Amino acid sequence: MSTLSELVGKETIEKVLAKGRSTGAGFSEIFIEDKRSTSAGLDDGRIEQVTTGRDRGAGIRVVHGETTGFAHTADLSEAGLLQAAEAAAVAAKQGSGGVVTVALGGIDTHRVNDVQILPNEVPKTRKVELLERANEAARSIDQAVVQVSAGYGDSVRRILVANSEGVFAADDQVRTLFRVSVVASGDGGMQTGYDSMGRTIGFELFDLYDVEELAAGAARQAVTKLKARPAPSGALPVVIKRGSGGVLFHEACGHGLEADLVGKGASVYRGKVGEMVASSLVTLIDDGTMSGEWGAIGIDDEGHHSQKNTLIENGVLTDYMWDYLRARKENHMQSGNGRRQSYMHLPMVRMTNTFVINGSSEPDDIVKATKNGVYVAKLGGGSVNTASGDFVFGMTEAYLIENGEITEPLREGNLIGNGPQVLRDIDMLGNDFAMGNPGTCGKDGQGVPVGDGQPTLRVKSLTVGGTAT
Amino acid sequence: MSSGNALQDLADRIVAQAKSGEQVEAYVSRGGETSIRIYEGEVEHFVSAQSESVGIRVIKEGRTGYAYAGTLDESVLSEVFAEARDNVQFGSADEWAGLADPDGVEKVPQELWNEELAHFPTAEKIAIAKELEKLTLATDSRIRIDDANYDDAYGETAFATTSGIRAHGRENGCYVSVGTLADDGDETQTGFGFSVGRTPTEFNLARAAREAADRATRLLGATKPNSKRTTIVLDPYVTAQFLRVLSSSFSGENVQKGRSFFAERLGESVANPLVTLIDDPTNPLAYSATDIDGEGLAARRNVLIENGTLKQFLHSSYSARRGQTKSTGSAVRTGGTPGVSCLAMQLVPGTATQEELIAQVSDGVLIQMVQGLHSGVNPISGDFSTGASGLLITNGQVGAPIREFTIASTLQRMLQDVVAIGGDVDWLPMSANGMSLVINDVTMSGA
Repeated sequence: MSTLSELVGKETIEKVLAKGRSTGAGFSEIFIEDKRSTSAGLDDGRIEQVTTGRDRGAGIRVVHGETTGFAHTADLSEAGLLQAAEAAAVAAKQGSGGVVTVALGGIDTHRVNDVQILPNEVPKTRKVELLERANEAARSIDQAVVQVSAGYGDSVRRILVANSEGVFAADDQVRTLFRVSVVASGDGGMQTGYDSMGRTIGFELFDLYDVEELAAGAARQAVTKLKARPAPSGALPVVIKRGSGGVLFHEACGHGLEADLVGKGASVYRGKVGEMVASSLVTLIDDGTMSGEWGAIGIDDEGHHSQKNTLIENGVLTDYMWDYLRARKENHMQSGNGRRQSYMHLPMVRMTNTFVINGSSEPDDIVKATKNGVYVAKLGGGSVNTASGDFVFGMTEAYLIENGEITEPLREGNLIGNGPQVLRDIDMLGNDFAMGNPGTCGKDGQGVPVGDGQPTLRVKSLTVGGTAT
Repeated sequence: MSSGNALQDLADRIVAQAKSGEQVEAYVSRGGETSIRIYEGEVEHFVSAQSESVGIRVIKEGRTGYAYAGTLDESVLSEVFAEARDNVQFGSADEWAGLADPDGVEKVPQELWNEELAHFPTAEKIAIAKELEKLTLATDSRIRIDDANYDDAYGETAFATTSGIRAHGRENGCYVSVGTLADDGDETQTGFGFSVGRTPTEFNLARAAREAADRATRLLGATKPNSKRTTIVLDPYVTAQFLRVLSSSFSGENVQKGRSFFAERLGESVANPLVTLIDDPTNPLAYSATDIDGEGLAARRNVLIENGTLKQFLHSSYSARRGQTKSTGSAVRTGGTPGVSCLAMQLVPGTATQEELIAQVSDGVLIQMVQGLHSGVNPISGDFSTGASGLLITNGQVGAPIREFTIASTLQRMLQDVVAIGGDVDWLPMSANGMSLVINDVTMSGA
């Protein structure tokens, strides 16, 4: 597999960048991507199929004043790229800017992830075997397991970014993922269990983690929920297990700290830098450099090196996350958060790995200190309205806490809260930090891989959206 | 053999390379989109994009392999075919695997292509989005604009299979949308409005602007309600989202694989007798109307629930073979193998206006927006819990705004608890229609 800089030469890139500025625009950028992916799915006891895919193309962005023009093409010939550059240039500005030249230096290849075994060099039979092992492991847990679906996925994403300001950078991003979902059936109907694992590494993922254990866990979750009672309805203390609730911060404040939303006045955290926005227990980091984690990147999709950024320190808001455009507009440094789903998309401010660092409480003490409440062992997805701060997230595995002890399993439901209020209401933080499941964060129709993590913690009051009164 | 159409020719050419004993399907497409975003009177971004793709499915001795690429470049096509063939050996043999066979059902002609849109001047598209921003700003002094957008897209697809299916089609469409922010002191609430058309001349910008402003300003001053059991009136947009959540339970494949709570319930009462629900992609009013399904068979009208009774499940050719029945033309393509889904869900409307429905509610909530349907609703168990915002209803009158609460029940119960269906049908940009819907006995969780 040839590298992107072999596929599209530096001279061609320089011509394309110059063409992008030919109508008088101040900035032009080319993003080239070549992504190969393999996925395999098992359902109903059968390997349904193995799928391989190839997506290759370039997106060209031209910025004139406050206007961005963007065009993309799957045609990586010089003629194809120049045509896309012209379309982007005309989209940004009608007119003529005379002849512009762009000269680039040497390419900056920056990697934070260490890949041992490239997944596209692993025989497909080994990928399929993993699915069969997971299927058997899940089914062997209990007679009540009636259906198992398992999925394997890997991707090798090569990117190259160059712009008229001299950025010329490349990265390879290799991701490997495995997921299992289980249906169990009992007298009270059906329940489901789900678990996944994924890292920005190669096939060595399966030397580090056991698919059978993952599958057995998903099966136990489904079987346990057959005996679940309806979740409570109303405001209660909620304890969130380590590594399961990073999505809480992703929604409660992560999105609200994206500088594009802040800049448009669509975030409750606008104008709050330097202010206390959370309990003093909370230090929140976004770190794209965490080698191997699901949101780890060498460079962002604008060619900027990934960084470790402190967003909230001991409860005080220290900074937002930035991309090229928003940083330029507000005369701020970029933070390595300019990301896009593919060459067909415009970059915008996105999280990478977002997590809260350890506090000092023993996790057991947090449960013991909670007379009555809810213990969430696994959170599902979530969403937020950044302008009002209201956010929801689902609990896929949860239990009642009665008199300081974890007792009965609960059926699924959403929790709802208001970001700034919930951050202030975090009153206990554990010392048992763990990263959570691999996630896909959606914003403005684009999905990107993100990681999250947190120690066990307690929110003194959250609204639990069940039906039991 | 030439069809006079380049895409169909390409699909035919791929399928002609099938070897003895191989079933092959080629699915090729190309399309493009324009996306214009206006902010404070200026173009914030203008995206003009073309894309193309090819997917090849190969089935041999009951085993399926699939490969795709985001290009129609000749040099990549042979690689894709080779990958699909290579992938076959890893699939399990499945006696029901296979391509769809032509079933003789005639396509219902649809006007999916609009020439006016295909030639609509770019400058006018920009002007429309600017006008929408201006109109929305003018509605209320408390309103700011998050963004105002014009979007259009066109697509052209062709199918060919060794089983004799050949289908070719193209469609285009456009919409405008606006996101609003309403401020009152430290508080900000949000709203949105949109308008859909086959051509920009069909847009109703004034209505989109008004709705976007109303949704945001109505919620200013909203408080968190107390928890209780209550009656909810869903706004048409929310009803459409609710219908979409039910979609997967009508899939024959999900029934066969034990993932539908409707399994074993055919012919039984699963909903209040008021409820008649159909899936009808042949209705030209539906945003997702189409003439063919994801296997190239004619799309058709299917009754799912009639007066509360579960009438049938939907099938692709795979689930039909497995269930010894016929395809209902309900195949969809998301990845490689076709899945089964509702294509254009339509709840048969009643006659009352939303006001008339609200007048019948002594104590309840008008649900204006829901949040987190993907995280709090499980279509397999039926557990339903979603974040919401809206307006209290007291003695038949809409009153104070409320937010930061959830509504919860189960999908099974909610279908039985439907007590009224409005006549205020709205054809929304999604694969379900909407109208006001009144549901009893839902748990509201708040303070």
